[in-house]
Amino acid sequence: MTMNATAPASARSAASDPPEPDGAATAPGGPPRRGIPRPKATPARRASVFLSSHPRVRLGFLLAAPLFWLGLVYVVALAALLVTAFWSVNSFTGEITTEWTLDNVITVLTGSLYQTVTFRTIGVALLVTIIDVALALPIAFYMAKVASPRARRLLVIAVLMPLWASYLVKAYAWRSVLSQDGILEWVLAPFGLHTPGYGLPATVITLSYLWLPYVILPIFAGLERVPDSLLEASADLGGKTWPTIRHVVFPMALPAIIAGTIFSFSLSLGDYITVNIVGGASQMLGNLVYTNVGAANNLPLAAAIALIPIAIIFGYLALVRRTGALDNL
Amino acid sequence: MRLSRLSRTTLAVVAGLILVIVYVPLFVVLVNSFSTSTSLSWPPPGFTLEWWQRAFQSAGAMEAVGTSVFVAIIATAIALVLGTLISFALQRFDFFGRHTVNLLVILPIALPGIITGIALNNFFRTIMGVPLSIWTVVIAHATFCIVTVFNNVIARLRRTGTKLEEASADLGAGVWTTFRLVTFPQLRSALLAGGLLAFALSFDEIIVTTFTAGSGVTTLPIFILNNMFRPNQAPIVSVIAVVLVLVSIIPIWLAQRLSGEEQQRR
Repeated sequence: MTMNATAPASARSAASDPPEPDGAATAPGGPPRRGIPRPKATPARRASVFLSSHPRVRLGFLLAAPLFWLGLVYVVALAALLVTAFWSVNSFTGEITTEWTLDNVITVLTGSLYQTVTFRTIGVALLVTIIDVALALPIAFYMAKVASPRARRLLVIAVLMPLWASYLVKAYAWRSVLSQDGILEWVLAPFGLHTPGYGLPATVITLSYLWLPYVILPIFAGLERVPDSLLEASADLGGKTWPTIRHVVFPMALPAIIAGTIFSFSLSLGDYITVNIVGGASQMLGNLVYTNVGAANNLPLAAAIALIPIAIIFGYLALVRRTGALDNL
Repeated sequence: MRLSRLSRTTLAVVAGLILVIVYVPLFVVLVNSFSTSTSLSWPPPGFTLEWWQRAFQSAGAMEAVGTSVFVAIIATAIALVLGTLISFALQRFDFFGRHTVNLLVILPIALPGIITGIALNNFFRTIMGVPLSIWTVVIAHATFCIVTVFNNVIARLRRTGTKLEEASADLGAGVWTTFRLVTFPQLRSALLAGGLLAFALSFDEIIVTTFTAGSGVTTLPIFILNNMFRPNQAPIVSVIAVVLVLVSIIPIWLAQRLSGEEQQRR
C-alpha cells in the first residue's frame, strides 16, 4: 500500500517542479536530485534487477514447477500407459511381461466386439455432440444477442446452475426420470407412448444433458464477442437475418462452437459411469477399459483399447487447431 | 441485428423450453427426496421427511463430504500456483515449444477421464511404487484443475497488458513488489473464478478418483455411486443431490458478482 500512496505523489511533485534545462536532471553520474530515493542494494533488489534484465531466467522460474509437475505426473504416466499397450499379461501369474508384442493392438483392431463397441461409442459421442450444438446454438444466441442485460444475467445463472450440480446427481436424476414408473412414463402414457427405458437412447439423452452447459458456455462467450456494430453494418448493407447469421455471426462463432464440441465429444467418448447408470446392458469403450483394468486385471489390453479414444481425440484436436478453437476452451 | 418479432418470440420459446428440460430432472430429484417410495416411482405415493433426517445423521455421508472438501481445497491451491505460473510463461514470453506446453495444459481435461485415470493408476502403483491414498487423489485432481486456473488467468493477462507493471518497475518497484501491489490485484478476481471452477471440478470428479483413491478413501461422488443402487439408500442420495444443488448457488452467486464488478470497471 505504501508504494501505491507514495509513488504517484513523488511523481507528481517532480512534475510540478519548475522545468529544468535538459540534461541537468539526467546528468550522467550525478545524484538524483529529488523524488524517488535510490533503492538499497538488498539481495532481493539485486535478484530483482537480475531478473528484469534476464527474461530467459524469468521464464525458467515460471516454467520450472508446472513443467516438472505436468511432465512427471502426466507425460510420464501417459507415455507409460502407451508403452504398456505393447506388453502382455502372463495368464498364469497375472504379472505384466515386458516383451514387445502387437497382440493387444491387433486384438483390439480386429476383434468384432471391439469394432462394434468402438463404432457404437463414436456414434453415441457424435450424436450427443450434434444434439448439444443444436440445443446450445439457439439458447446461446438468445442469451448473447436478444435478451436484455438483466435477462442475460438470469439466463447465465440458470444455465450455470446445473453445471455445478454433481455429475452423478444428474445421471441419477435421469435414471429416475426414465425409469419404468418414472415421470416420463407418467407423462407419455396418456398419449400411448412409453419411456425409452434404460439403454442406448437413455445414454444419449443423459450424456447430452450432462454436457449441455459445457457446450452452451463457450458458444455464448463466442457469440458475445461478435460486436453488435458488425451486425448493424450487415443490416445497413441490406443483409437480412439469415445471410447475416451465415456470413457474419457463424464464421466468427465457429471456433467457440468447435471448442464446445471438444468437450461433449471427448467427455462422451470416455464415459462409462452414465452407461452403467442408465445404459442397461449396453457397453461403451470406457466400460471395456474399466473391466480390463479391474476384474480382468489386463492393463495391457485396457491400454490398447484406450489407444482408440486417444487417437480419435488427437486427430480431432489436430484438425481443429487451426480454427483457434483451443483458445476458446 | 434486426430480428422480426416472430423470430425473437420463437427464440425465446425455444430457449425457455430447453431450460424447462434442463430443470425437470432436478425437480424430480427434489420431489423424490421427500417421497415415501424407495424405487423412485412417480407420482410419489406419499411424502416423508425421514430421508432428510437420515441423511444428516449418516456418518458415511458426512465423512465423504469432509474428504471431498479436503481434496478439493488442496488440489485447488496447487492448481492456482501452477496455473498462474504457466499462464505468465505462455502469455508474456514467446519460446520454442510454447504450443506444446499449451497442449500439455489442456490435455488432462481434453482426454477422457478414464485414460487419465488408468494412466495415473499405473503411474502411482507400478512406476512410483506408492500405494494409493488420499494424496494420490489430490495429485490427480490438481493435474486436471490447472487448466481452469490457466484459462481464467491467461484471459485476464491478455486483457490487462504489461503497461502498469512497466510503470511500476520504472518507479523503482522490484519484481516481488510489482507482483504484490500491481499484478496480483489485477488478477484477483480471475484467480477466484478459476479457483472456484477448479474446486467444483475436483469436488464433482468421479472417474479419475475411482482409479486413484486408496481403499479407505471415500469422496462424496464415490459415496453417491456406492449408495445409488441400494434401495434403502437411494432416497438419501436424492437428499444429498438436493443439498448439493442448493449449496452450488453460493459459488454461482460469487462468480456472478465477480463478473458484474468486471463489467462495471471496464
